[in-house]
Amino acid sequence: MELISQRTKKIMEECKARAKDAGLSFDNETLEYIVTNKDMVELSPKVMIPTLYDYWVHDVEVLKGHGKYKLYPNNPYETVINSRPAISFYNDNNPDWMNIMIFYHVLAHIDFFQNNKMFERTWNDDFVGQALADKRLIASLRSEYGRWVDYTIEFTRNIDNLVGYFDYLAMINYNNELDPEAAVAFYFDVFLQDIAKVPDHELYKEIDRYNSLLSGNRDSGNAAFFADVKIRFPEFQAKYEKYASVKKVNVVDVMQFVHDYSPFLNKEENSWMKLILNIVRNTSVYFQPQIRTKIINEGWASYWHDNLFRTDPRIAGHEVGYSILNAGVTSLRRVGLNPYAIGLRLIEHVEKLSDAGRISREFELITGIDKRNNYNKNTGKGKESIFKLRKHFSDFTLINSFVSQDFVDEYDLFVVGQKYDQTRNVIQYYVKSKKAADYKQMLIDSLYHPPRITVDTEKTNDNNLYLVHHFEGKQLVQQFIPDTLLGIEYLWGAQVQLETTDIVQKKSIENEGDPLYEFRKVIYTIKDKKVTKTNL
Amino acid sequence: MKEIFPEIFQKYLGRDLSPDEKWVIENELQSCREIYNKETVYKKTADFTGFYDFHDLAVLQQLLPEKPDILAAIKTLEELLEQDKLRELDGFPRRIRLGKLVKPSKDNKGKVIVVPSTTEPKFYHDDSVTDEEEGEGTGGAGEGEEGEVIGEQKAQPQPGEGEGQGAGEGDSASHDMSSEAYDLGKIITQKFELPNLKDKGKKRSFSKYTYDLTDQNRGFGQLLDKKATLRRVIKSNILLENIKPGEPFNPENLLINPQDTVYRILSQEKDFETQAVVFFLRDYSGSMQGDPTQLVTTQHLLIYSWLMYQYQNNVMTRFIVHDTEAKEVPDFYSYYTSQVAGGTKVAPAFKLMNKIIEEEQLMTDYNIYVFYGTDGDDWDSDGKELIAEIRKTLQYANRLGITVAKNSWTPDDKTTTVEKNIESSGLLKEKSDLIKMDGMSATNVSEERIIEGIKKLVS
Repeated sequence: MELISQRTKKIMEECKARAKDAGLSFDNETLEYIVTNKDMVELSPKVMIPTLYDYWVHDVEVLKGHGKYKLYPNNPYETVINSRPAISFYNDNNPDWMNIMIFYHVLAHIDFFQNNKMFERTWNDDFVGQALADKRLIASLRSEYGRWVDYTIEFTRNIDNLVGYFDYLAMINYNNELDPEAAVAFYFDVFLQDIAKVPDHELYKEIDRYNSLLSGNRDSGNAAFFADVKIRFPEFQAKYEKYASVKKVNVVDVMQFVHDYSPFLNKEENSWMKLILNIVRNTSVYFQPQIRTKIINEGWASYWHDNLFRTDPRIAGHEVGYSILNAGVTSLRRVGLNPYAIGLRLIEHVEKLSDAGRISREFELITGIDKRNNYNKNTGKGKESIFKLRKHFSDFTLINSFVSQDFVDEYDLFVVGQKYDQTRNVIQYYVKSKKAADYKQMLIDSLYHPPRITVDTEKTNDNNLYLVHHFEGKQLVQQFIPDTLLGIEYLWGAQVQLETTDIVQKKSIENEGDPLYEFRKVIYTIKDKKVTKTNL
Repeated sequence: MKEIFPEIFQKYLGRDLSPDEKWVIENELQSCREIYNKETVYKKTADFTGFYDFHDLAVLQQLLPEKPDILAAIKTLEELLEQDKLRELDGFPRRIRLGKLVKPSKDNKGKVIVVPSTTEPKFYHDDSVTDEEEGEGTGGAGEGEEGEVIGEQKAQPQPGEGEGQGAGEGDSASHDMSSEAYDLGKIITQKFELPNLKDKGKKRSFSKYTYDLTDQNRGFGQLLDKKATLRRVIKSNILLENIKPGEPFNPENLLINPQDTVYRILSQEKDFETQAVVFFLRDYSGSMQGDPTQLVTTQHLLIYSWLMYQYQNNVMTRFIVHDTEAKEVPDFYSYYTSQVAGGTKVAPAFKLMNKIIEEEQLMTDYNIYVFYGTDGDDWDSDGKELIAEIRKTLQYANRLGITVAKNSWTPDDKTTTVEKNIESSGLLKEKSDLIKMDGMSATNVSEERIIEGIKKLVS
């Protein structure tokens, strides 16, 4: 890999100045490399991180089934690496005008990486440098422990999609002082709900009572409240003391839990494995914000390459070429989902809404269609609003907040359904719904969403790791469960159990052919590499 | 088509059938009916492009990651396989599989390619099992009212079920499998330590020579290569400054050096000769649907690859599929993807093969290998005709290997019609060096077991 020429670098620097004038903000230092096809062969399995650790799976074609990219926690083949300095890749035979456009696109990505809150955990990282250090560490471990290093990488990667990205993100700037004191938290969160099991309305009443007592005098209010509690629930004090005496286990996610509490990894001779767990976990966490901002990030970059390049005098003479390229990137598909197109439309939609002052309660209350159509306050706040999007939004929040019927109608969007025509042996695509709610749900369903699996610390001890899959309407891919458990058993060093839900298809009696589904709770148990499955 | 089966059935019903035999035939008919009536053979939903299929390098710069070339990677592959072997010693299951992918190519005809592959097991959501009746939806844009059909696509064979089996579309496209097959053969020979073939036939030279006008020679030769000559003339004249870049020149002023004339000259070319001819025969009747077909085609693919490697690509292959009748298909791809058809009669397949061998006098020039795959059903329960044909085949074949991939409804200990007939004929003992048979259950069969089967068939 080599750097782009000085001449091209100069073009890039001009683009930076223009992008900054337009309001984008990013570090001045960036690195641009030329990649050849040969480089691509080596880089693509390593998700374009040239310094990523070596691992045999990278040398083999990984079988990916239906919805393959949804399965994988990272987003392969990005042009820009979110690192310090940011690194981007270029084909060696792009014409200058095309590079200018791509530079703008890349700069908008860098701006997004360095300002969007989802990436806050990566803001101080030189990820490429860190990866290099990790790669060397793994190489040195390999010289000492041989293939067991690769087993550890493999088994750790089995659970690298179970990283609590959001939990981890929420801890930034978390103000502990706002937490209620321990007894209060226990009373409302645990005691009333899990032990006394009071109905919801009583719980709310109790919260109101607490707040009103406190609004009088903080200290005496608190004391008066608990005096009452002791009368009503004599057992409270004992329960609370017992609860407080148990050592709190801090569970961020399965991976971290295994790292911190595995009796196997905590043995001194195995402590090197923890280094590997850390590396794999950090790599996974690093990619999490990226895959959760695919649409908004590509939309943002497309918005700016279009705006900046069309107003750049260097476009002169290349308008047609640009139009073709841009249309290829940002046109809405007749069938299929293009993140560039949807993201760009949503950002432009928000800009327009805000310019007209339509992101307001006042506008929401208007029901008359003419009135709505003519509503325009000319606030001029469109740009400001999309910069807010760039700072605070992810794919989910963008879609969830702004996919409205107006949006769906404006761009003639619809949900495509498909049906099988048996006589002609064809699949037909048809317009299934033009309703915003359906369209929004379809978009949300196509977003990356790994299963939520947590550790049940009550049922977990040194001889058993108890995992719970929180069912969200989809079962786990069953063929992978035993192999995944095998890896976790190795890392835990003892039996592992997974509580999950199977969807079982049953033929209904009265109407044959119409399948019925039953949700069945099951437990997988792995012990000494043998997996058994029992109904719960 | 559907109506033909009962007629055949009636014909068989005329004879005395034991309940077992009757059951076999009825079962087969039932399978056929299911296949024709059920749409599940086909994939009911198409894969749409989703958000994560797009990325900057592809859409902005058309930079697509290339698959590493198997040949280039073969050294690391050996290491990988070595490592994979160690996994068993360490008590972990093997992870490297020899994957087959049916790849759609430009002309919309599939191409079977073979790659070493693996999966990374994780806890993933299974999108395929939901209580919604329809397949996954996607987004669209443009004109159209709700309910309006906006496009259609030919249903593709379901990749999950009977991977890649389905109608092969026409015969015109050639499917170049050989180079990949050669590499695969190398791998499986090493990975599974298959025995090397014994050289049984007469010694033959590996190559013969032909003469062709392929070499270039300057100054003299048989045929003037005008293009190459002109190129040299211009080169010389640029050096002589008779031609200046960017300026017009008069061809009359160019100097021609006799050494600049380039001729084609007759030269000796090595032409590799085919060493062996391999017949692949398989049953594609109704009962073969699913697992048995999968097993047989997989095993034949591996055998094909292995022979390709053993004979340095100098293998001629012929493919025959049969239900109640036999037909020859042109290439491995069609063989591999031929869709399951009607009832089962084994004899016609061997008959057709014998006819081909005799008509083309293949036995005089080649080692002949025959591999046959079936689920063991045969409507001709006495098998007289079949045994006669097999005896004929054994006169010229170096090896006949029969794989019986038992269906899930056949108990493991029960011998199938084909097995019974062949065993009772005594051929297995009588010609034990020529004919081998291997039976296994077709459900959940591992790659190792398939290779084990190959070892049995070729040992």
